[in-house]
Amino acid sequence: MADAPSGRSLVVDAVTHRYPSGSLAVEDINLDIKGGEIIALLGPSGCGKTTLLRIIAGFIAQTQGRIIIGDDIVDMLPPNRRSVGIVFQNYALFPHLSISENVAYGLAARGIDKATRQREAQRLLDLVQLPAMAERLPRQLSGGQQQRVALARALAIKPSILLLDEPFAALDKNLRLDMQIEVKRLQRVSGITTLIVTHDQEEALSMADRVAVLSHGNLEQFGTPSDVYDRPQTLFVNTFVGSTNRMPGVVVSADRTAAKIRLDAGTEIIARPVGGALSEGGRVTVCIRPEHLQFVGDETGFAGVVGMSLPLGATVVHEVTTADGSGVKVSQARIGETRALENGAAVRLAPLAPSLANAFPATL
Amino acid sequence: MGAAPASRDVTSYGMGLAAPLALFFLLFFVAPLLQLFWLSLHNDTAGLHWGLGQYLHFLTDPFSLGVLGSTLLLGAEVTAVCLVLGFPIAWLYQRVGPKLQTIIILIVLLPLLTSVVVRTFAWIVILGRQGIINAALQSLGIIDTPLKLLYTQFGVVIALAQVQMPLMTLPLITALGRIDSNLDDASCSLGAGSWRTFFRIVLPLSLPGVIAGCTLTYAAAITAFITQSLVGGGQMLFMPMYLYQQASTLQNWPFAAAISIIFLLAVLAVVSVFTTLGRLSRGHGGA
Repeated sequence: MADAPSGRSLVVDAVTHRYPSGSLAVEDINLDIKGGEIIALLGPSGCGKTTLLRIIAGFIAQTQGRIIIGDDIVDMLPPNRRSVGIVFQNYALFPHLSISENVAYGLAARGIDKATRQREAQRLLDLVQLPAMAERLPRQLSGGQQQRVALARALAIKPSILLLDEPFAALDKNLRLDMQIEVKRLQRVSGITTLIVTHDQEEALSMADRVAVLSHGNLEQFGTPSDVYDRPQTLFVNTFVGSTNRMPGVVVSADRTAAKIRLDAGTEIIARPVGGALSEGGRVTVCIRPEHLQFVGDETGFAGVVGMSLPLGATVVHEVTTADGSGVKVSQARIGETRALENGAAVRLAPLAPSLANAFPATL
Repeated sequence: MGAAPASRDVTSYGMGLAAPLALFFLLFFVAPLLQLFWLSLHNDTAGLHWGLGQYLHFLTDPFSLGVLGSTLLLGAEVTAVCLVLGFPIAWLYQRVGPKLQTIIILIVLLPLLTSVVVRTFAWIVILGRQGIINAALQSLGIIDTPLKLLYTQFGVVIALAQVQMPLMTLPLITALGRIDSNLDDASCSLGAGSWRTFFRIVLPLSLPGVIAGCTLTYAAAITAFITQSLVGGGQMLFMPMYLYQQASTLQNWPFAAAISIIFLLAVLAVVSVFTTLGRLSRGHGGA
């Protein structure tokens, strides 16, 4: 696919969409996506990510803002003239057309002759590793195969942008991993700018060059997977991406880079203030990921009592009840023989490093 | 009718449960039909001589064949009008909000809420020489003398189409509702305009509904005795009236029975053509 147009850029410029009822679907979304990037739109259901995808595709006309593909403002173009390929969550293959007719559908709409269409369809089916399925009907294929066909069909029109709407949600876990690798491989080969809508954080982190986290129609953070995971900018991002322990506390002292927090659980820790300086005496929520907590032998950290221990394969998760009665999860890598922690054992916990504890001003 | 899905459940209920209805059908449907057939095999009204004379008479008589032909043609015209007018309504129904949907359903079902006789008389009032249409056209100065609308093929087709419209629209609404709306979006995003989407995606996928609707409308239109005879008047003769005249007025029961059997077979033939067309269009690439 050396002749494929290498991905065009996509700019979502201050896009706001209001439902006819007046409620906001998405508010002031700004995304600057470079050609050839894979972007994940990550958020819980109802956060507006699918609305945003449909705005980019042209199925919904946004109330305000612009969509710019390459150098073109496409707001006035209907979906069939935007050159945007879409893979739908349920694949939306045409059930009455054969696999090769499905793949060639977009080419037929462009008036390309039958021989070229068939050749191109076969080339794409080879690309998605379904060379022998051309004459079958969609219902004769498995879920994963249908998805490959949907992908081939979207790629057949050589779109400027590829949009994937929850593409792996209907697949079982092993197949999902295969398809994620497959999509990433195809994206690398074609160099097409790709946007994946997902509620699955692992999928977003593993597949995307950059992740846009949405909540309630607002863009919470737009950054690389490690930005989003290690340096979350909002409490929402910290709790939605990866798992985290939320521990309430009060600011003892703070400057721009570090804050001393007295946790309700009964100790003082150093945490990284997020979202501006914290005021002394103000209430905060400290987020520490389970894998960033460790058991300590000395008197540092906070005390707790071990409740349940869940061996999850590569890691073991312990549930610890702290002095103020809240539960904290601690995740340990399983290296060699696991050290059994008995139910009811008294332990002390501390973050691995101060930079791994994030302090957010507590919202009301 | 329509081809059963390959994965039809085979339930394990005892066949005995079907016995009451089977018995009912046997007594009131199969038995009279057999009697009718038996009757049609007599050459004379007294029922003394056996033979195929009645059938030979019908099939060699240009007048009888003409009646059969015009009846089948009438069915085709009514079905075509219902399909052309009903499809947009069904299509619209799937694309409007719930409030408008209720209104559309009400409009579609409204004809069923009045008796066929009342609706037919209403059409006589509308289509008559001094009827609403002629009065309106005349007062607008578009025509000088009233148009002949009543007692014409046109009048019968229009009246029947209105009466049978729900039979077309309801299956179409169901069929269109089964089509995943993502398919529209998928087609559009692949570069197809609305006409291509309609002819390549929506129409083929709604074919089961089209066939069900056409079959119902057709069967109902050609057997609509009351509307045919009241709006058609004396000059136009269709099979149901022909049958009635032979049986009731002329007391020629064997010939009436033969007409019935021929009519039945003709309808069955048309219906099976519909069904076969449907199966062919869906079955390409193996079902």
